[in-house]
Formats: sequence, C-alpha cells, structure tokens
Amino acid sequence: MNTTDGPTDEHWIDPEIIRPYVVTRGRTAPTRGRFDLISMALAIGPPPGPDAGLDPEHLSILRLCREPKSVAEIAAHLNLPAGTIRVLLGDLFDRELVSAQEPQSEVDMRDVKMYRAVLDGLRSL
Amino acid sequence: MAFDRSERPRLPRAIKILVAGGFGAGKTTLVGAVSETRPLRTEEVLTDRSVGVDDLSNVEAKRTTTVAMDFGRITLNDEYVLYLFGTPGQERFWFVWDELAEGALGAVILADTRRLADCFPSVDYFERRGTPFVVAVNCFEGAPSYELAEVRLALQLNPEIPIVMCDARKRDSSREVLITLVKHSARLRAEPVG
Repeated sequence: MNTTDGPTDEHWIDPEIIRPYVVTRGRTAPTRGRFDLISMALAIGPPPGPDAGLDPEHLSILRLCREPKSVAEIAAHLNLPAGTIRVLLGDLFDRELVSAQEPQSEVDMRDVKMYRAVLDGLRSL
Repeated sequence: MAFDRSERPRLPRAIKILVAGGFGAGKTTLVGAVSETRPLRTEEVLTDRSVGVDDLSNVEAKRTTTVAMDFGRITLNDEYVLYLFGTPGQERFWFVWDELAEGALGAVILADTRRLADCFPSVDYFERRGTPFVVAVNCFEGAPSYELAEVRLALQLNPEIPIVMCDARKRDSSREVLITLVKHSARLRAEPVG
C-alpha cells in the first residue's frame, strides 16, 4: 500500500494544468474588463505593501509592467496561461494598481494615421 | 473619482499581424527575424467545451488542451506597439484563430513550395473572414522554385492579393513582407499609403 505523499509514477493530474487554477483560486474570468491577448497593462501608483493581500503572481505582474506589457507577454514571462493572467490583471485593475489599454479595434482599422505609423516604424527597423 | 485615470501615463495601443502557413513554413522564423526579442510563447488552456466536439466524442473524462502561440513584439513609437502572432497549426483550433483575427491589421501567409497545399486552409480562412492578407513564398534551399504567377495560379489567388518571395530568416526580407501587407491593408480599409 502506498501511503506516502511523494510523487508516484503516475500523475493523474497534470500540475501544469492545476497551477493556473490555484493561482486564481478557481476563477476563470476577470471581475472587470475583457483583457484581449494584446491589451496593454502598466503598473501605476506606489508599490503595494505586504498587507495588500496580493499573491506573488500579482507582484510579479506589477514588476513586469513597470514598462507597458501585453497580456500575451506577461503570460509568456510568468509561464502561465493567458486566461490566468486576465484574472490576475482584473484584480490589479480593481485595486487601481494597473492601468490598461484596449488594442486597436476592427473599426479603427480605417485610420490612415495608424497605417503611416506602422510603415514608418517598420522602415526604421 | 475612482475611475478617472486621465492623469495617468498614456499607454501604447497594440496592433497585431498574424503569420499563418503550414507546419514548418517558417512562421516562428519570420516572427523572430523582425521582432525586438526572440519569439515568446503564450498558451491558452482549453477545456473540452471549447475544443471541437467531434474530437472528444469518445472521451469520457473532461480533458484539457493547451494551444501554444509564438509571438514577437516591435515597438513602433510611443503610440503603437506591433505584435506578430504565429497562428496555431492545427485546424481544430479555428476558434483561437477567430480570437486572433479579430481586430488584426492583416495576415501574412507563408508558403513552402514543397508543400503548397498546406496553406490552402489559411487562404480560405482569411478570404472568408475578410482579413487582408498577402502570400509570402519562403525560399527554402533545395525547394523547387516557381514563378510567383505559378504559385498564384496554384493557390487560386485573386489578382489584387499581393504575392512576394521572401527569406524568412532575414530581417530585411521579412520586413518587406510586412510592409507589403500594411500597404495592402491600408488600400483595402483606409486609403493608399506610401
């Protein structure tokens, strides 16, 4: 009989799948906002103190977002699924610790200024 | 006021371009060639409800699938950041494509002349969705070389869709592909830009 808590040969539950849900305490949708894969986030305000009730992952996001970062970039750097990052960003947005910018929408694709900016940016690469 | 954020620093707005094509056509190579950092990878964890039902009809337990996407970033100026996303190869992940294609400036479809048929699904998809796209024939060493007109014919591309040769490993070449796409998209959706 195997009564140890140590790892067994067979992993019935993949820890890579479980971790995202533990991090968000089972939540799969953010409390606010939609957070597209390329919504941009930036940390704002003074760094929260230890009594702010934030998890290490929240703090990692705030550190990463000292410069503007997309949801996809945050997910890649923290090695968590984008869905998890959306939930955590929602928490930070609620506490006014991050500001967010939605991406250029389908409607904005008629903006000729945007095309010029992209062309200029690409040419100066 | 709690949600007055007008005094806070302005954030850049993100724009995305998709890079599609068959497995091994050079999607991640092209993304890496023009991006400011090496390609990053993001994953979406999906439960069986979001994965095609046909695929899991014989599976009793709930299952999760991870879809990985490689992407890169180009900071254009203070106002805009451009992201390049390699689309997930498997066609059962069409719904991920839908999310990616929403609001995209356009798509580059990379074609490999050794496996030209691999890019049919991408051509069909972006045509159906109305997303502006260009076809870039990635010139692999040892691959049969065709005239662009032949590739256009084989892919049954409309005459107005640009098709170019490229070497996805090279920054200049990949950048030219993107410039071709941006001009094409501007022509279709806004007005021609030089």
